[in-house]
Amino acid sequence: MVETGSARQRTNSGPGRLLIAVYLLFAIAATSRAGLQLATKFDEAPVAYLLSGVAALIYIVAAVGLARAGHTGRRVALACCSVELVGVVAVGILSLVDKDLFPDETVWSQFGSGYGYIPLVLPVLGLIWLWRTRRAPA
Amino acid sequence: MVPVTSVGADSPVDGIVATVPIVLSLLVAVWALVAAVRHRPPDRVQFVGLAVLEVALLVLSVLALVAVGGGDRPGEPGAFFGYLVTLVCLPPLAWVLARMEPTRWGSAIVCAVCLVAPVVVVRLQQTWEVLGG
Repeated sequence: MVETGSARQRTNSGPGRLLIAVYLLFAIAATSRAGLQLATKFDEAPVAYLLSGVAALIYIVAAVGLARAGHTGRRVALACCSVELVGVVAVGILSLVDKDLFPDETVWSQFGSGYGYIPLVLPVLGLIWLWRTRRAPA
Repeated sequence: MVPVTSVGADSPVDGIVATVPIVLSLLVAVWALVAAVRHRPPDRVQFVGLAVLEVALLVLSVLALVAVGGGDRPGEPGAFFGYLVTLVCLPPLAWVLARMEPTRWGSAIVCAVCLVAPVVVVRLQQTWEVLGG
């Protein structure tokens, strides 16, 4: 373990812990929903359900990345938050343009409106948090 | 949309057993929010509140399981039990994270989780009553 200066706030304490908590909640919600959909009615909307599965996976990895802190954790979290932001915006637009592609709701449809738009806000907060905790003082 | 007519068998997750945890959860959320805004770490009230909330949720779960044991079936069994398991795990999750974070952010975590719990209770009711809908 590397000793970090106390001046630098680690990604897994303070506001970061709240962020991890929300990520955990979304990981649970998305994983159980995707698991259920993939297991019971995969044929009805394969794209939507596979996407739910991918989203679920990203939430889990992001939560772990933030919780582990450290260099690798930060990079993992950065990648996850970026993919999430791109994903929620892309799927949000696609779900408005081409409804046939997503006959059933996913976490990211309509920019996450089914989840109070939190899926849209969460990656932004994650990126802001990573930015604010960047680089240790030399 | 016409309101869904009530299902023959009474929902075990409706009425007072659901109202108590919802109100309780929202009260703890408000208390925790005030604490977070005032830069206070999670206090005794929050932890006791979480414990009482957990008891209320366990009562709700037991009543639901008794109803299922008695032959009633939720409209969407998979989703219903998923929500049920998630629900009873929420207060312990908030408890553990709040213990790890003895700052205002611990209170913020309690607030966030206590805002999610009522939503899950409502979803629980919806997944029971989907029959005929």
